[in-house]
Amino acid sequence: MATLFKPDETFRDDYRYGNSEAAILRFPFPFGEDSYMYGVNMEPHTRPGSTGAFAVAFDVDEHYVSECAERARMLALEPGRCLVLPHMQEAEWDTLELIMESLANDYPDQFILERDGLDWAWTNRPLGLHQRFRFGDATTLPHPPFEYIVRQAQGDFTLQDQRDGTLYIDGGIATTPADWSLAFDVGMTFHEWHGPVPLAHQAGVFDRALQYLMRVRYGHPARRLNWTMTVNPRLDTSPENYPLWGPDRASLNAENIGSRLFLRVELQSFFRLPRSNALLFGIRTYLASIDDLTRVPKWGRRLHRVIRDLHPEIAGYKGLTRYQDLLIAHLARYDDGSPTSPGIAPDLAALPA
Amino acid sequence: MMDNQTLTLVVAGASLVAPGLRRVHLVAADGSRLPPAAPGAHITLTLPGRIRNSYTLVSADPERGYELIVRRSDRSRGGSQHIHDQLAIGDVVAATLPHNLFALHSQAKKHLLIGGGIGVTPMIAFLARLRETSARFELHQIAGQTETETFTRLLAPRAGERIHVHAGRSTFDLTALLAAQPLGTHVYTCGPAGLMDGVEAAAAALGWPGSHVHREDFGAAGGEPFLLRLASSGIDIAVAGDQTMLEAIEAAGVDTPSLCRGGACGVCVLPVREGTPEHRDHYLSEAERSAGCLVMPCVSRSRSATLVLDL
Repeated sequence: MATLFKPDETFRDDYRYGNSEAAILRFPFPFGEDSYMYGVNMEPHTRPGSTGAFAVAFDVDEHYVSECAERARMLALEPGRCLVLPHMQEAEWDTLELIMESLANDYPDQFILERDGLDWAWTNRPLGLHQRFRFGDATTLPHPPFEYIVRQAQGDFTLQDQRDGTLYIDGGIATTPADWSLAFDVGMTFHEWHGPVPLAHQAGVFDRALQYLMRVRYGHPARRLNWTMTVNPRLDTSPENYPLWGPDRASLNAENIGSRLFLRVELQSFFRLPRSNALLFGIRTYLASIDDLTRVPKWGRRLHRVIRDLHPEIAGYKGLTRYQDLLIAHLARYDDGSPTSPGIAPDLAALPA
Repeated sequence: MMDNQTLTLVVAGASLVAPGLRRVHLVAADGSRLPPAAPGAHITLTLPGRIRNSYTLVSADPERGYELIVRRSDRSRGGSQHIHDQLAIGDVVAATLPHNLFALHSQAKKHLLIGGGIGVTPMIAFLARLRETSARFELHQIAGQTETETFTRLLAPRAGERIHVHAGRSTFDLTALLAAQPLGTHVYTCGPAGLMDGVEAAAAALGWPGSHVHREDFGAAGGEPFLLRLASSGIDIAVAGDQTMLEAIEAAGVDTPSLCRGGACGVCVLPVREGTPEHRDHYLSEAERSAGCLVMPCVSRSRSATLVLDL
């Protein structure tokens, strides 16, 4: 299916952003039931699931061109958003190869990878790039290999070194973070960087998740969905820039909450890298406004129930407390009390007019 | 790529490097690139008679292919004998994707490699990488009295003052070697279980942190076949050695929920009515395991010949 890119969206200042009907219907809605609690919700990332976002290794959608432009803008403003520790060099090339191979296989009309020994040629049609380079020789690319390729991918990525029975976050790029800082977390262990999450540690979620992730094998990637909410379609909700976006929470009211509040879903994916044995962790962010989501009757009903019954510590951690009541009141009109089907699928072929 | 979970390889070359040691060169049957692999990685070959044997990749290059060295074992189930006596150039072999449970540690100040016999294979792969990255290392290879020359020759292309071949364990003072290492050294051992146990014990006795001691591991994928009886459905299912219980249940057409398929999420948990599960998950607590009433069919197996589930 040919994707029509929206080249002039913005994720700051004037916030020119919107989802087509097709994008709403393929949105990875994160709630498979009418309530939400932390759990080990990972599954193999090898089969298509109930959303189009699951169909390929690295999903490219209508926001691709604009999100890559936003990443370039962010890196120009704050180059430190991309950090890779020196011992992760091999993982950088692994990442470049994995993303190039996957994009070229999954979108052969848009991306082309030609290889002759170590002499590679990469064509990225949506961004109008053509690059010849020598695999393994960073001087032949305009940026270091990890940064070069993640500038051409949607979502943030981290590189995890596996050693001493845990994972260390030893590199990554975070220009679209949901209130976490790569500069703060870099070098931390799995349990350290998840330290602030409430409830889940006590439930053993991170112990089990770590065991699972350390066993992710090459060619057998895994995925999970995570979520939070953001006022305005802003990708850079970093702690570094909190003064720029934190106060937006106070701007919500009964009239604008449907259009200005966005469900922010992370499609997290986990890939074992072959040369470095590191783990590539993709954090792909999808944004849909409450107005977008409530066009799907099942999602409107379910979202009301989830937000209404959300554990207060989770609401606090996700930063929803200030507007939670306003949101519940807004969503109540979409909940007629009828049952919802299990799973995340919209159960619709087309949106109601 | 994502669903391509097995490799179809073809033998491109094979030669005897020494009596009882055969080098096998494998490439993709369709001429495509093979996945790269880190030193220490292995593949599992499916050989005639459904024998699945894991072999360390001595070298792995996406274009040149994979290289194994296989020792003929008279006690084997026939896998190594097949590779020595029957496997010929042009033969097609199915293999898993490379899997690495014996990786070099990124923070080691020095790498101490101790191989015994055919345990030389990952050491050859490590040597290539350590030389490439100019890392500090030292290799000790233990050979039988009659095989010293064989291993010296095998390591010759990579020879140097940091490579030592010892004739038998008696001439090799493991404790003295470990005691002389600088702080921050990681030791990697591959060979007979006695040697690897000896390295672990000597390192522990000298106060080495366990995280600095690495031994070859092919993992515990698969196991002995067993019979699964689904009490409620009234079906008997034979679970093959290379199949999980969950895969066998699904193959029999019985619908049962699952999510992570790695023993972590708890979704596929099933009640056990009879038999003794062999738990391999990270979900059940010790108390739940010892009660023996629940099992995670995605990773766990059976210790008893028959396992009866309430399904």
